[in-house]
Amino acid sequence: MDVLMPQLGETVTEGKVIKWFKSAGDAINSGDNLFEIETDKVSMEVPSIEAGVLTEIRVKEGEIAPVGGVVAVIGPPNGAAAPPVASSVPMPVPLAAKPTPAAPKVTAAAASAPRTPLKLGPFEEVRSPKRNFGPAKLPNGVTVTPLARRLAGEGGVALSRLKGSGPHGRIIGGDVEAALSSGAPRTMAPLPAAFADPVKSLYRGVPFEEIALDGMRQIVAARLLEAKQTIPHFYVSADADLERLLTLRDDTNAAAPKDTAGNPAFKLSINDLVIKAFAMALHRVPSANAVWASDRILQFRRVDIGIAVAVDGGLLTPVIRQAETKTVFEISFEMKDLAARARSRRLKPEEYQGGVASVSNLGMYGVSSFSAILNPPQSTILAVGAGQRRPAEIPGGGIRFTTQMTMTLSCDHRVVDGALGAELLTALKSIIENPVSMLI
Amino acid sequence: MRFGPCPRRQPCYNSAGQAYFMAKTLTQTAVSLRATPDDVDVQLRLKLYRMLVEIREAEQRAYDLFLQNLVKGTSHLSLGQEAVAAGYGAAMEPGDLSFCTYRGHAHTLARGVPIEKVLGELMGRDIGLLRGKGGSMHLTSVEHGVMGSYAIIGAHLPIACGSAWRAQYKGAKDVSVCFFGDGTTNIGAFHEALNLAVVWKLPVVFVCENNLYMEYTPIGEVTSVEHPAADRASAYGLESIVVDGQDADAVYRSAKEALDKARAGGGPSLVEYMTYRYSGHSRADPAKYRPAGELDDWRENRDAIKIYRQRMLDNGIAETQIAEIEQDARRKVDEATEKCKASPAPPLEILCTDVYADGGWAWRN
Amino acid sequence: MAELTYRDAVARGIAQEMSRDADVVFLGEDVAKAGGVFKATVGLLEQFGPLRVRDTPISEQAILGAAMGAAMTGLKPIAEIMFSDFIAVCFDYLANEFSKSRYMTNGQVKCPLVVRTGNGGGSRFGAQHSQSVENWCMMIPGLKVVAPSTPRDVIGLLAAAVRDPDPVIFFEHKSLYATKGEVEDGEIVDALGTAKIVRAGSDATILALALMVPRALAAAEKLKAEHGIDCEVIDVRSLVPLDTQTILRSVASTHRLFTVEENPRLCGWGAELVSIVADEAFYHLDGPPVRITTPHIPLPAADFLEDMAMPTVDRICGTVRRSLQA
Repeated sequence: MDVLMPQLGETVTEGKVIKWFKSAGDAINSGDNLFEIETDKVSMEVPSIEAGVLTEIRVKEGEIAPVGGVVAVIGPPNGAAAPPVASSVPMPVPLAAKPTPAAPKVTAAAASAPRTPLKLGPFEEVRSPKRNFGPAKLPNGVTVTPLARRLAGEGGVALSRLKGSGPHGRIIGGDVEAALSSGAPRTMAPLPAAFADPVKSLYRGVPFEEIALDGMRQIVAARLLEAKQTIPHFYVSADADLERLLTLRDDTNAAAPKDTAGNPAFKLSINDLVIKAFAMALHRVPSANAVWASDRILQFRRVDIGIAVAVDGGLLTPVIRQAETKTVFEISFEMKDLAARARSRRLKPEEYQGGVASVSNLGMYGVSSFSAILNPPQSTILAVGAGQRRPAEIPGGGIRFTTQMTMTLSCDHRVVDGALGAELLTALKSIIENPVSMLI
Repeated sequence: MRFGPCPRRQPCYNSAGQAYFMAKTLTQTAVSLRATPDDVDVQLRLKLYRMLVEIREAEQRAYDLFLQNLVKGTSHLSLGQEAVAAGYGAAMEPGDLSFCTYRGHAHTLARGVPIEKVLGELMGRDIGLLRGKGGSMHLTSVEHGVMGSYAIIGAHLPIACGSAWRAQYKGAKDVSVCFFGDGTTNIGAFHEALNLAVVWKLPVVFVCENNLYMEYTPIGEVTSVEHPAADRASAYGLESIVVDGQDADAVYRSAKEALDKARAGGGPSLVEYMTYRYSGHSRADPAKYRPAGELDDWRENRDAIKIYRQRMLDNGIAETQIAEIEQDARRKVDEATEKCKASPAPPLEILCTDVYADGGWAWRN
Repeated sequence: MAELTYRDAVARGIAQEMSRDADVVFLGEDVAKAGGVFKATVGLLEQFGPLRVRDTPISEQAILGAAMGAAMTGLKPIAEIMFSDFIAVCFDYLANEFSKSRYMTNGQVKCPLVVRTGNGGGSRFGAQHSQSVENWCMMIPGLKVVAPSTPRDVIGLLAAAVRDPDPVIFFEHKSLYATKGEVEDGEIVDALGTAKIVRAGSDATILALALMVPRALAAAEKLKAEHGIDCEVIDVRSLVPLDTQTILRSVASTHRLFTVEENPRLCGWGAELVSIVADEAFYHLDGPPVRITTPHIPLPAADFLEDMAMPTVDRICGTVRRSLQA
């Protein structure tokens, strides 16, 4: 076993061995003094608490060891093998939940009930504001009281336009209230209200890593929250038989000319074909080729389709313009370029803005089907699942396995009614199942 | 050693309960005590010896665990002073209440508190008597009648008075027993409590363990009288009593007498026990201030366990039976140690519990 | 309904609880035969007998120690420390013993006791018999701290304190003993941890305790009459537990905070309240929170000096007015 440097006093951190009473190899009885130590406060003999043989002296006379450090090792007598020593202290159970003191009992005769004790975490007995409402002194030198700063922040009032009525021209709460009640246009967006602490408080004791939001994550969060909360979504789904589409893809890819290095001139993917098919469907159902614009609908003659591309830390939706006019090969080339630049975050804003619809394909992950959130201001988004072998009834009876794919179309009901959504999806299904039309 | 012969006016009690006057040195007194024939019941004798040995083993283990850095903070051992705790542990009735000091491991164990609960508390483990919220100096087990260990010198003497007042007011028959050291006799609360206890005739026994040293300084160097407790007794109209604190039988008999008196409505007693601390004041004290040979003299000639072991042999108790008790004690302490080592640290959930009666610590709404 | 002095309310409150519960006992210096040096406990010995109402020696440690020992073994003692200044003599029991015993023993030891004590200045007793020492107790986890300002609150809060399972330090203000107030008949039990809005107002919140409550009220009337400043006055009543919600709600509506404290300035209870408001209600504040206290001095004995040292109605008015206009 290890002989440790004992703690000789609450503030002592190390001890010096000033004398050894035993030498390595000596037989030791329990209670024999081993060595004498000295700290800035005391000196003391340290006895052995085990019998055995002093096998090793690690801290020699005149040397210093930290409290808890191994000073020497005592082996078993007669050279027997030492039993393993469980030395580590079991760790405390992590804090699973904050203690919740019960409310004190109140006698029925109490004149007024005491308020419930506040339930706070052990180190949060006072709740600081979760938000900062800006500096007390404006760039123009005017000072603003905390109340006025909060009212301005919550109401979206620009303090720089206000004249303070308080002492020394200070802007006080009443000045902001007057500005708000006068109906003056708000000149800045109200600050967001949500902050992390309430969420973090639910995971007290659970280890987590805080990940700061980058610009993309903030935009994704804000836009999708807005979309899901403000756009009346509805969803229609259909399965498409992919047999002929796969044959077309394979035949076409097989016919691709090769360069001298043996690389094919093109390699179509199912996704390229779906984009083309969706563009054609939107072109065939022009009422669905439209977006909501607050007080009117904008209907387009051309079809611009966004493609969701997963990138590190988020997603981007570059847009293929006039897809209905492009060949499937052009779409394929353009898609490869856009996806590569999206992943390296080299897209220009105009390359991912606008569009009337989007395609989101999770088929490569084996997903059967899913529903997508609209990418505002677009009015539809197509969620594409994986091609899967499924049983299908064949004409004249009987069952055969074919490759099928589930497509779910999310629609903005303000623009695309149920029947229109169904019409669009049916058109798409028809094109995919009769893919030769894509090449015409 | 400043401590000299005992003046004639202070009777001591031998193991047969007879009063005598200390003649020369304490060591010689102890030798004479060992030769005294006695008539203590065998079962009680075995019980007392078991207590002595268990306390000795547990305290020695506490020291060993400190050397292994498994006992944190401070701790104050009763090595050498076991007989007082054991004698009272055997003499007290189950309903009687103990009020101890920070040197209270022995008195806590003597009331039947499991060893692992005590060692676990010293080690700051969840198994500890107070789940680590009290520590070595505050051992408390209400279910065993251990109403607390108090780390502010003298504080618990008035508290014991209050407990005794409750018994008096309620007509209860329990006695409150308050243990303290020689150093306590020079603090105000000692005198306030003695006066109040006598004036109100409270069922309380004040037990002074005079181990000759306060913390580091010999009590005789800073005290106006030879016997810091017994010599003050007359100031409160109490009998001056000094008892050999190394003789468990003598402690038991004097304890019984004081407890009976209190229970019968006879009011408080103050008893001073002469004893000796083998270790330093606290774990950080190597006790270098003691004159050479003093410790060895007590260990050799006045050790409570040696004295008692010999007396058992002299009275026909078999060596094998004695050895069995000793092995049992060692095994119990070993098992307790393993339980403590396996116990986790207390959970963070209890950090803020039991500050107020609602179970929590909320001070606001 | 009857008019009662603050002094007589103390005896009525103790009697109400001793009549209800035989475990309630009362001890202190000169409290039994003499009826208390402030005559606040007259008649209790006659009503409840010498075993329950006990004169003690001048031994403050013995008083609080005995109260603790009795409380932890089943009684509900009320202990009197004649002057709150003497808490310093027996501070061990408040600071180390009954405040911590429940926590240290992992909930085993319970100390349901009340320490009543005469607190505060205005009696020309000098620096050792005049202090306001609520903050000595407020800083100790495990204690509850109450300071009533009216006869009705004396009875109601004392009853709540006796019935509370935790140790409660009950500060009676010596300069209020002679004041009178309407008190309803029958049993009165209030609740600890509740502040009381004693005057509604819209321009500023004034927090006060004990003797400072009537002064703050008088100042509020004067500010309204002379300057049109409409102050809300809150009697804090209980420092632990602390009714922060009533205070924070008030500040959220008035946007200004003043405290009126009898204690010397450093670490007075108002400092804690100002810090809570500055933290939690920062963006409700339209100006700095301001504390009005006794200067950081021992209290003098001479009447003129003592009156000038403690917050006066005029000082409260002037400070509030200047601060609102600054």
